[in-house]
Amino acid sequence: MKLWTRILSVSLALLFCFALTACGGGDSSGKTTLRVYNWGDYIDPDVLSEFEEQNPDIRVVYDTFDSNEGMLAKLDGGARYDVLFPSEYMVEKMIQEDWLMELDLSKIPNVEYIDQRFLNLAFDPENKYSVPYTWGTLGILYNTTMVTEPVDSWGILFSEEYAGKIIMYDSVRDSMAVALKYLGYSVNEHDEARLKEAGDLLAKQKQNGLVKAYMTDTVKEAMIGGNAALAVVYSGDAVLCMDETDGNADLAYAVPKEGSNLFFDNIVISKDCESLDAAYRFINYLCDPAVAARNIAYIGYSTPSSAAAQIMGEAYLNDPVFMPDEETLARCEVFLDLGSLTGVYNRIWESVKLQ
Amino acid sequence: MKRSAYAYPYLLWMALFIVVPLAIVLFYALTDTVDGRLIFTLENFSAAFDPAYVKVFLRSLWMAALATVICLAIGYPLALVLSSRHFKAGKLLLMLVVIPMWMNFLLRTYAWINLLSDNGIIMKALQFFGVENLSLLYNQTAVIVGLVYNFLPFMVLPIYTSLIKIEPNLYEAAGDLGANSFMSFLKVTLPLSVPGIVSGITMTFMPAITSFAVSRLMGGGLVTMYGELIENQFYFMRDWHFGATLSIVMMVLVLISAVLTRNNKNKEGGMLW
Repeated sequence: MKLWTRILSVSLALLFCFALTACGGGDSSGKTTLRVYNWGDYIDPDVLSEFEEQNPDIRVVYDTFDSNEGMLAKLDGGARYDVLFPSEYMVEKMIQEDWLMELDLSKIPNVEYIDQRFLNLAFDPENKYSVPYTWGTLGILYNTTMVTEPVDSWGILFSEEYAGKIIMYDSVRDSMAVALKYLGYSVNEHDEARLKEAGDLLAKQKQNGLVKAYMTDTVKEAMIGGNAALAVVYSGDAVLCMDETDGNADLAYAVPKEGSNLFFDNIVISKDCESLDAAYRFINYLCDPAVAARNIAYIGYSTPSSAAAQIMGEAYLNDPVFMPDEETLARCEVFLDLGSLTGVYNRIWESVKLQ
Repeated sequence: MKRSAYAYPYLLWMALFIVVPLAIVLFYALTDTVDGRLIFTLENFSAAFDPAYVKVFLRSLWMAALATVICLAIGYPLALVLSSRHFKAGKLLLMLVVIPMWMNFLLRTYAWINLLSDNGIIMKALQFFGVENLSLLYNQTAVIVGLVYNFLPFMVLPIYTSLIKIEPNLYEAAGDLGANSFMSFLKVTLPLSVPGIVSGITMTFMPAITSFAVSRLMGGGLVTMYGELIENQFYFMRDWHFGATLSIVMMVLVLISAVLTRNNKNKEGGMLW
């Protein structure tokens, strides 16, 4: 017994020393490491492995997050990435907080395929820091076997009729957007009385047992499995849920008449980027129309690349979920960074969740 | 006792990965950033005792306690059967208790979500018997089911270990002295298995009260537990100071419960810690 304890402690000590030295070691294969941080389910894995095949000198280390806030928290905690995919309001915040590197667009020639209307947007006026990756809308995904009335208003999410059958989006900006839009306010509302009103609406919705669950990525399985009648989702998730082969044919998607959130997810390079050349090659690869089209077909969101949209064909261009008409888009608003009001939104949302 | 030289790596390890991080957490808890400057303050602690947070703590305490009691109620008889010398399949069944632990607990939790969902097999079976309008998932009961399932082996194993160590002669002696099987359980088995029960309770209660993934997934974001509250402070509120404060509050309370259940004779837990 005693001998065993000794052997064990010696081997543990050796292991410990080894672990310390191993941490300091670099990549022995001579490859450049590219650290990518993206949303979950947000790239076609084949696109990723093909990039590595075509660029044998680059090894991609790929991590995923499930909210903009979660991504920023990871950076706060000291994690470092080269390429990231924040949404527009987070790009704005990251520019303000000096996380991002100014882009040299001449190193990303494929930017020319991106539709002009997705460039030079308010959150990054000259695309100094970001290249658009996808865009889409926030809306209601519903099961037509459980909801027979037309779905055209956020109000249905506050109707007693569907108590216990509604899945809300588990994130502060999106849930607040639902309530604010229903009340006729802006998704970037600054008036605290109106914010409180929206918070009360969400609190009442929870109190009265209307909410089945708050979810983010897991909403897809729940809706495909027919476990809820209505869910707040992003258009791309709706596309995947309605997919003919692995989805559920009873599902439909609507952008309510009160208006909604129009979002843009973007590719940025972090200020701490250690392999700038690899980062540019990666971004340019993703902007290649053929690659972008394959990627979009996999993840279900809309592409800002007009060339990629053409490759996707008529069915894509005429699908209102992928390509909402001008009138729908006119009702939608883009999230802006809330600045000092972020705390107010967060506290309201926390009190909804905790009661 | 002379400390062996082999213990130093452990000491170094503990200092680096337990003491230093704890000191950092405490530092964050006692400070706040005002206009970009760090100030020492106890305000975080007074905020931590806001009724809304206390309510979440009491809820976590209640749920962890309930999960622990259920684990004990299921685990003790199970351990008793498994350790019985007359029961030949005991070793095999013990393996069946342990094998699920080889799998990541998130996967096991996702499996439960499938089983309990509205269109899952359990609901389908209940519907067959005419039960309608019942939701098994996304409520407090579902979270408790998740906790019990995930932590049951941590209750069974220490109790099992303490039971198989009981000298068989003791039962014969009890029988010779006129005790029936119930009396011999009460006077021999139960007292001798107390150390196992105590470590079982500790090993179930502590991870249960600090868990957050099970409550997030099986509670559907409707049942917030304390661990989740702490996570939110770091993730969504970006308030490390307050998150650290809540962590300290939780650690102190868990420490108190550890002290309450401490037993010097208790050696059964060693194998799992």
